[in-house]
Amino acid sequence: MPPVVQIKDIHKIYESGEVPVHAVRGVSLDIQRGEFIALMGASGSGKSTLMNMLGCLDRQTKGSYLLDGIDIDKLDRNELADLRNQKLGFVFQGFNLLARTTALENVELPMLYGRHRKASADEIRERAMHCLEIVGLANRADHMPNQLSGGQQQRVAIARGLVNQPQVLLADEPTGNLDSKTSIEVMGVFQKLNDQGITIVMVTHELDVARYCKRNLILRDGVVVRDAPVEDRSIAAAEMQRIQAAETAAKLTANPAA
Amino acid sequence: MRFTNTLRVALRALRRNTMRSMLTALGMIIGVAAVITMVSIGNGAKAQVEAQVASLGQNLITVMPGSSSSGGSRGGWGSSTSLTPEDADAILADVKDIDGLSPEIRDRNQILANGLNWNTNVNGVGPDYGYVRNWPMASGSMFTDQDVKSLAKVCVIGKTVADQVFPNEDPVGQTLRIRNLPFRILGVMTPKGFSIFGSDEDDVVLIPYTSHMKRVSRRTNISMIRIQADLPENIASVKLAVEDLLTQRRRGREPDFAVRTQEELATAATATAKTMTGLLAGIAGVSLIVGGIGIMNIMLVSVTERTREIGIRLAIGAHGRDVLTQFLIEAILLSSLGGLIGVGIGIGGSQLLSAYNGWPVVVPTMWIVISVVGSAFVGIISGFYPAYKAAQLDPIDALRYE
Ligand SMILES: Nc1ncnc2c1ncn2[C@@H]1O[C@H](COP(=O)(O)OP(=O)(O)OP(=O)(O)O)[C@@H](O)[C@H]1O
Ligand SMILES: [Mg+2]
Repeated sequence: MPPVVQIKDIHKIYESGEVPVHAVRGVSLDIQRGEFIALMGASGSGKSTLMNMLGCLDRQTKGSYLLDGIDIDKLDRNELADLRNQKLGFVFQGFNLLARTTALENVELPMLYGRHRKASADEIRERAMHCLEIVGLANRADHMPNQLSGGQQQRVAIARGLVNQPQVLLADEPTGNLDSKTSIEVMGVFQKLNDQGITIVMVTHELDVARYCKRNLILRDGVVVRDAPVEDRSIAAAEMQRIQAAETAAKLTANPAA
Repeated sequence: MRFTNTLRVALRALRRNTMRSMLTALGMIIGVAAVITMVSIGNGAKAQVEAQVASLGQNLITVMPGSSSSGGSRGGWGSSTSLTPEDADAILADVKDIDGLSPEIRDRNQILANGLNWNTNVNGVGPDYGYVRNWPMASGSMFTDQDVKSLAKVCVIGKTVADQVFPNEDPVGQTLRIRNLPFRILGVMTPKGFSIFGSDEDDVVLIPYTSHMKRVSRRTNISMIRIQADLPENIASVKLAVEDLLTQRRRGREPDFAVRTQEELATAATATAKTMTGLLAGIAGVSLIVGGIGIMNIMLVSVTERTREIGIRLAIGAHGRDVLTQFLIEAILLSSLGGLIGVGIGIGGSQLLSAYNGWPVVVPTMWIVISVVGSAFVGIISGFYPAYKAAQLDPIDALRYE
């Protein structure tokens, strides 16, 4: 099977400012199905820029990008939109859920566009509900984003990313706004999805978050400086248990003192 | 299906901002309500004038004397003294398709009866007058041809005269004095109200025109002839025949009479009401435009405010066109919903006005349709630019927008 993502020597130069910014300077990358990649690097190193190109939200200035064998450069604005709709799932930084819209309706959103729009309202509802079940939020389907915790909101966002059964799930700093325990909870969802065969690429600043992934890429000044598989990978489920045990222990030891 | 989804999206978006949606629609509501109310009032006024014209009688044709000129100065219509009872007789004898005819002499006089006196219109008419004017008797009866032939001193009186001179008793059979001559009252007419010109139609004493000419005014000419054609479609031919006959009778003299149909009168009388309706609708139309600008304003603000939302939609697969349609539908829904509510309020408002002020209002169906269609159109116009702006957004820029 060919790689889902094939990038050859892509560059991105922002021309908008007074001086052109060469944000990505020749990155080549193959991503196989089932991979789980963490993209790391200092602020300004070009991670978001690369993710935007991976997500077909932005076009490369130079180089070629084949997504599932399709040459992105040859597509127009609407074809790109359809491609994003069908092949990609997005989990944005800061959740980016629609306010005053229930979790369920947020998850339904991608199905209202693209080829799924042929589905009936009931089918759409059912599929969205199923994805909420996957992230463990079926019981919160009718809640508005402001009635959900950060981790729950991020899980709704993941469900939304999953709902069209994408080839690749892209997440830019999915744990950026979360505390460490909630981060592990979200990484647990990712690991579960990855175990089911979904390809995931995520950006993170945190080393210990990156250790839940299978492969780590490090960017510096727009070039990949390190590309290595993760040894001694963290498993979220185990980590969660450990934390819970520690908490219980803390309570046990704290209780008599109180 | 595509459209259904977009509709669903638009409805959800409106529901998310119920308060703002209502306020936005308010401009439209007020505008349309104003249009409907104003036009209802204007139409009511027009209908009232039309009713008054109709109260003149049915299929009515009037002959008025023409202008006279003496020493180079020309008088207006009616100044000529050339219309005679013989003209009326000739018309009755020669013109076909006539259902009724009455000469009329107008005059004012002091009358005296029951120890009271009153200044009123004393008109000389023929026995058909009541029939031609569609003006039945309330009690008693009209004088007859015989009374006209014999120059009888009899009369019938209007409701106002009856009330003024005989406040507490039945006038029928009593006597009233005009120029000191006693006239026996044969009947009282049903109330007719005010004429188009605002005068009290019921403030009148009717006597045989012959008695009027010989005994009261001593005139040889009459003020007008009222003719009733038998059918509406004969009005035009009767008018022509009357004109021909009178011209013939003048034997080559310059025609000194004017023949008018009721329709011509009605057109003239309703012209003002139409102008007023137009004016009111115009004023209300301005408020509609203001409502439209309000919607455009809110939609523009909303596009800016919802930039992130638009970014999310575009990123997950919405085409520019989807976003465009969504915002357009939102604008159209807002405005036509506002329009519908406005129509309701407008109708209610006009009914209230008519209930409390006694104004005649007629709610025009056509304007209801115009308002609803118009407000949807305003929605399209005012929604298009914001919607277009939203559709042109770049997904990354929109997502990054704070
Ligand atoms: N739209 C833009 N126009 C001009 N320059 C840009 C634009 N977006 C990013 N840049 C520049 O490109 C470089 C890479 O930016 P990018 O957002 O990819 O960094 P990043 O690795 O995601 O950083 P962070 O970790 O802070 O999110 C930066 O120097 C940034 O200033
Ligand atoms: Mg970034």
